[in-house]
Amino acid sequence: MATPTLPSNDLQTVRRDVASRKVRDQLFVVVGLLALFACLLSLLVLFGKLVMDGSDRFTWEFVSSFPSRRAVHAGILAAWVGSSLVMLVTACTAVPVGVMAAIYLEEYAPKNWFTGIIEINVTNLAGVPSIVYGLLALGLFVYKFDLGQSIVTAGLTLALLILPVVIVATREAVRSVPRAIREAAYGLGATRWEVTKDHVLPYSTGGILTGMILGLSRAIGETAPLITIGALAFIAFLPTPPITDVAPYVSFTWLTDPFTVMPIQMFNWVSRPDPAFQSNAAAAGAILLGMTLLMNAVAIYIRFRFRKSINW
Amino acid sequence: METTMSTPSDSAIAGGHDAPRIAINMDGQRDVAPRNAAKARAEGLSFYYGAHRALKDINLEIPERMVTALIGPSGCGKSTFLRCFNRMHDLTPNTRYDGAIHFYPDDFNLVAKDVDPIEVRMRIGMVFQKPNPFPKSIFENVAYGLRLRGVRNRALLEEQVEAALRGAALWEEAKDRLQASALTLSGGQQQRLCIARALATRPEILLFDEPTSALDPIATAKIEELIAQLRDQVTVLIVTHNMQQAARVSDFTAFMYLGELVEVGDTSRVFTNPSKKATEDYITGRYG
Ligand SMILES: Nc1ncnc2c1ncn2[C@@H]1O[C@H](COP(=O)(O)OP(=O)(O)O)[C@@H](O)[C@H]1O
Ligand SMILES: [Mg+2]
Repeated sequence: MATPTLPSNDLQTVRRDVASRKVRDQLFVVVGLLALFACLLSLLVLFGKLVMDGSDRFTWEFVSSFPSRRAVHAGILAAWVGSSLVMLVTACTAVPVGVMAAIYLEEYAPKNWFTGIIEINVTNLAGVPSIVYGLLALGLFVYKFDLGQSIVTAGLTLALLILPVVIVATREAVRSVPRAIREAAYGLGATRWEVTKDHVLPYSTGGILTGMILGLSRAIGETAPLITIGALAFIAFLPTPPITDVAPYVSFTWLTDPFTVMPIQMFNWVSRPDPAFQSNAAAAGAILLGMTLLMNAVAIYIRFRFRKSINW
Repeated sequence: METTMSTPSDSAIAGGHDAPRIAINMDGQRDVAPRNAAKARAEGLSFYYGAHRALKDINLEIPERMVTALIGPSGCGKSTFLRCFNRMHDLTPNTRYDGAIHFYPDDFNLVAKDVDPIEVRMRIGMVFQKPNPFPKSIFENVAYGLRLRGVRNRALLEEQVEAALRGAALWEEAKDRLQASALTLSGGQQQRLCIARALATRPEILLFDEPTSALDPIATAKIEELIAQLRDQVTVLIVTHNMQQAARVSDFTAFMYLGELVEVGDTSRVFTNPSKKATEDYITGRYG
């Protein structure tokens, strides 16, 4: 058996060695780009197809009309107003609850087996199929609390659904505040709450907002849990306006109004035999996708802004 | 002009200890015990990270308005000892103090279970190894400790922030940009800002944990000069792995090794005529 020797250091050998390793380096670049293009391309094709199929429906009338039995007169007014209001309820409940839960877990909870179990469960909740949340909401909000098949039920259901996303994102953001900053504040005599409100929360706002928007952009496309709780597909009226002209000028009756949302409206149109409705569905799909992409863009922008103002 | 600064915290601090309220005049001079009297005294102090005993039965007196340096090889427990004084270890689970650090003139035990760490930290400030300013304005960094103590009066805040920045030799550089982010300062300026932030709350002891180890020589020289001046208003306890630094800035030097206090004395005596073999080996560079 030949004794093992170290590779020689002469110019030829070194060059040959570097060249062959660089080939593998380049190879990875190609593979990586291919993978990236596969994702981007399918998204682009999908978006392009929706835009083309629905091209004749991108009109003001489409956005400002109620659904109709005749495809050319049908619009998404009830759907986008419903989606917006449901998202409002979802954001207003999931964000405070999720942020408080995450702050408690990160800053307050002792690290023991009990909090360990909670942590694992929160992470697992993110993987629960959304229709299961629908069943839970049907039993809890619709029957038990008697909230009806309403906007508030839908908002709370989707809030449950995105709660894990908000919690996980908040925890990540909170954890990225350096220990040195916490120690500086504690060192001056701050209490846990003062450290949280004066430092941890403000410095992790970017991450929290990003998590919130990513959660909402998932929720806005959810259909299954809302069908489970009994959202209507055909709604030819708007919820009660939240602002009224008599004191106290705000009204919460809209919370208990029936509703529909964009994906359900789409689903309804897709399942009709008349092909004219297919272009309605495509147009609504393109608009929904556009809304989601816009929300993601906002999330990226927020993260960028906060990264710039705070770099540790 | 004899103005005494009174914030709600003063009474909170003295609460329960029947201590005379400490009056501080504008120059930050405290009308209390004469220089050199004990400000704090560790007595049989041990400290545990879980089962690991990082400090072993330490007895050490910290004299009032003097600079005491802690030296010793890396990992010997200098930071651990320092962080007992402001109860920083309370933030780490599974840690335990044993023994006492008496704090004078009130004469209570800083590490006792029934003493609130927040109360301790309101009287004992700390400057860390790496500058850690808050990502806020320079002004807000310095004002933060006062805000915690309930100071809301804008004029008082401004006056105290200026005094603290002057005390940390940063006023001239910072006065025109008080609203700029602290992160726009250089490393040395950031560290002086951290000193100002600690000074603003008029601590009785100021702890420094290798405050210059992340700085260049010029910034280091400025901080050393500053520490030497601080001696007039506050008791200083400084950890350093740089023996020249200990020799330059301190009045007393304590040498630690493997969690124990080996030797303590006048800095000049410890460096010229150490009484223990381990100390001599360390300062002559045989290890560490
Ligand atoms: N958070 C911690 N948990 C467990 N052990 C620690 C921790 N911090 C420090 N130690 C141990 O305590 C000893 C003293 O550390 P330290 O006080 O940081 O030393 P020095 O500041 O003198 O370099 C070392 O053995 C170190 O490994
Ligand atoms: Mg250390």
